[in-house]
Amino acid sequence: MADGDWDGPTVALRARARAKRFRLVSLEKDYDMPKRVLLGLLLACGLAAPALAQEPKTGGVINAVIQPEPPGLMLAQVQNGPTQMVSGNIFEGLLRYSPKLDPLPELAESWSVSEDAKTYIFKLKKGVTWHDGKPFTAADVLFSIEMLKQTHARARTNLAQVDKVETPDDHTVVFTLKQPFGPFLGIFEVGSMPMVPKHLYAGTDWKTNPYNNAPIGTGPFMFKEWQKGSFIRLVKNPNYHEKGKPHLDEIYWQIIPDAAARSVAYETGKVDVLPGGSVENFDVPRLSKLKDTCVTGAGWEFFSPLAWLWLNNRQGPLADKRVRQAIMYAVDRDFAKDVIWNGLGKVATGPSASTIKFYTDDVKKYPYDPAKAKALLKEAGYKGEKIRLLPLAYGETWQRWGEAVKQNLQDVGMTIETIATDVAGGNQKIAEWDYDIAFTYLYQYGDPALGVGRNYISSNIAKGQMFNNVEGYSNPDIDKLFAEGAVATPDSKRKEIYEKAQKILVEDVPVAWMLELQFPTIMRCKVKNLITTGIGVNDGFKDAWLDK
Amino acid sequence: MLKSPSGVIGLVILLVAISVAVFGPMLFPNSPWRMVQRPFLPPFTLGAVPLGTDALGRDIFAGMIFGARVSLLVGLVSTLAALIVGVPIGAMAGYFGGKVDDALMRFTEFFQTIPSFALAIVLVAILQPSIYSIVASIAVVSWPPVARLVRGEVLSLRTREYVQAAVVTGQSNSWIILREILPNALSPVIVLASLMVATAILLESSLSFLGLGDPNLISWGYMVGAGRTVIRQAWWITVFPGIAILISVLGLNLIGEGLNDALNPRLSREGR
Repeated sequence: MADGDWDGPTVALRARARAKRFRLVSLEKDYDMPKRVLLGLLLACGLAAPALAQEPKTGGVINAVIQPEPPGLMLAQVQNGPTQMVSGNIFEGLLRYSPKLDPLPELAESWSVSEDAKTYIFKLKKGVTWHDGKPFTAADVLFSIEMLKQTHARARTNLAQVDKVETPDDHTVVFTLKQPFGPFLGIFEVGSMPMVPKHLYAGTDWKTNPYNNAPIGTGPFMFKEWQKGSFIRLVKNPNYHEKGKPHLDEIYWQIIPDAAARSVAYETGKVDVLPGGSVENFDVPRLSKLKDTCVTGAGWEFFSPLAWLWLNNRQGPLADKRVRQAIMYAVDRDFAKDVIWNGLGKVATGPSASTIKFYTDDVKKYPYDPAKAKALLKEAGYKGEKIRLLPLAYGETWQRWGEAVKQNLQDVGMTIETIATDVAGGNQKIAEWDYDIAFTYLYQYGDPALGVGRNYISSNIAKGQMFNNVEGYSNPDIDKLFAEGAVATPDSKRKEIYEKAQKILVEDVPVAWMLELQFPTIMRCKVKNLITTGIGVNDGFKDAWLDK
Repeated sequence: MLKSPSGVIGLVILLVAISVAVFGPMLFPNSPWRMVQRPFLPPFTLGAVPLGTDALGRDIFAGMIFGARVSLLVGLVSTLAALIVGVPIGAMAGYFGGKVDDALMRFTEFFQTIPSFALAIVLVAILQPSIYSIVASIAVVSWPPVARLVRGEVLSLRTREYVQAAVVTGQSNSWIILREILPNALSPVIVLASLMVATAILLESSLSFLGLGDPNLISWGYMVGAGRTVIRQAWWITVFPGIAILISVLGLNLIGEGLNDALNPRLSREGR
């Protein structure tokens, strides 16, 4: 995983091509047409399911795949992807987020912001109990924050702007910020800030607390058993605070180490849900075509993984803006989307994914245009100097993508040498700035202040570290805009600032943005409402029900 | 050699493979990495891409032609390198005997105790995959059998009268080894070498199959490895390069057999 806490789709991928705009004239008819329609219908079926006003049915057991086996389930201490996926059903945060990333109530039923945007008051839901029957109160929130500051790196950063937290009564929490922090309402999702029970953890050694192995949360499902290497079993929480939910009786998270075996498990009916990245992506089209199968790419909006090429701005031909722009024109990103990613995802327009706040597509466009790329290279005086390309060693998808990009760049006259490396070696080369072009993808966390600015501001240039401004782009205007954007109010002002920043960045091309990635969830169509929110892959089973 | 039919077949296969490797790229000037058609195009549907296309729409036929170059080059060069290391070591061990023999053979056994493919993987992984590191690692794992074979031959030849006569006449050791012994020890080495080329091609294919090939060069093993994950959807991506590996390895084995028949005096005498 390039960053974030998730290590799912590092699997290989091969796409069944449905390249709509394939460049060469195909002499035969498009045999894939019916499949495309079919997949479209399947996608529609998956996405439209929540919209159908069908009465949820109660009961049933769902088998889902979890890949790989999580190292632990105590979400406040372990934040791996599979942990988030399983524990998102056991624990809860104060808020959830809609696919448009608007905050939705979860443990907080309402919230208000002061005029100066420095005080946030959360009203907690009444009548919420932990799985052991004890009531959930503001004291638990206070305790959770203290614990997360020590155990959860991202929560610590997110809470850096918090001056103090107060609990005037059992159902009110007041956050006072040092200065206004625009994305503040975006840090309360279960994976970013899970609520942990104070009565079980206070005064104990958190790392060795026995409840780490049998976690107690407030969520719709309770931990029942974990047969290591085999399955994790969650059962319905009968006293869940949202009346009538959850609809399911039990969830079995099946642990199947081999990718091919996971596909077979779905084909034979052993499992009903394949979360994103749990099967090889070239298997996705085949599985999608199975009877009663629905596919959706939804549920990732909050994370919005965005893939790009790091371009080393410091040295060689890439120090010239025109060469970097030429790369944007030279790489056929639609081909990558249609062929390598099996039509999933979206061509990126700039540093922000289209699913996060303050995104604008009113920026300079870089369509696939080899002629323009060649002209720009010529103008920049590029004379075939050797450029090293570092693919991402996350399996075949990325290997194929590296090969395609290399070919694209060679087609416009660049001399590219692919450097073979493993994940650790690649990370080290990037962190030590020993590369020219390198693949990566990073999470965006819903807000440019949380997930975008970190890659472009010059204060984040630090040799030896990953995932910061490793491209070495330095622009005082951008530094100023991101500094202002994080603390500006109201949102319309932030929007203005971030749109300006996006325009400048897209003109300068500090890195070459490729695709907004999508990891499809494959499931039987009888599983309804599995993904309803922007963090849906992790909190999905709360609303899900089985149509028998 | 030409009397044995299998040797002739092997020779024909090798000549075809070599001419493809030498002249093929002249006929197909386009890079085999170029994405030329719709991906996953089945074979025999379009004349321009007779063997179909792979997952990115690259011409499999072009890949096989360029792959021949890499596979044969790796096979020949690494075998040559292995001979250059193995023959002197074996000759010295066999000729001088005693402590020199002990030292050299223990050194050889050190390499023989490690499974050769595992050692090759480790070497390529450490040296970073490139055509040079692949050739080097194949040579490193292939020379011990050469050394042992040459040692055995030299051991038996050095007791022959003509060698002892050379010793008596005061010839230098190197002159005796190079002029008297090695030419007579050469025929089994040549047979072994032809088989080693086949093994080297297989080793290179296996390394590429595992993703340890040179990322800038297309090879048959790479094509099989890249296609294996989609074998259920597109068999042709793996099958054609697989057949190429099979046939060229078979051809080299046939040549080895033919050479053995031709060079082994006992066998050829029986043949008469």
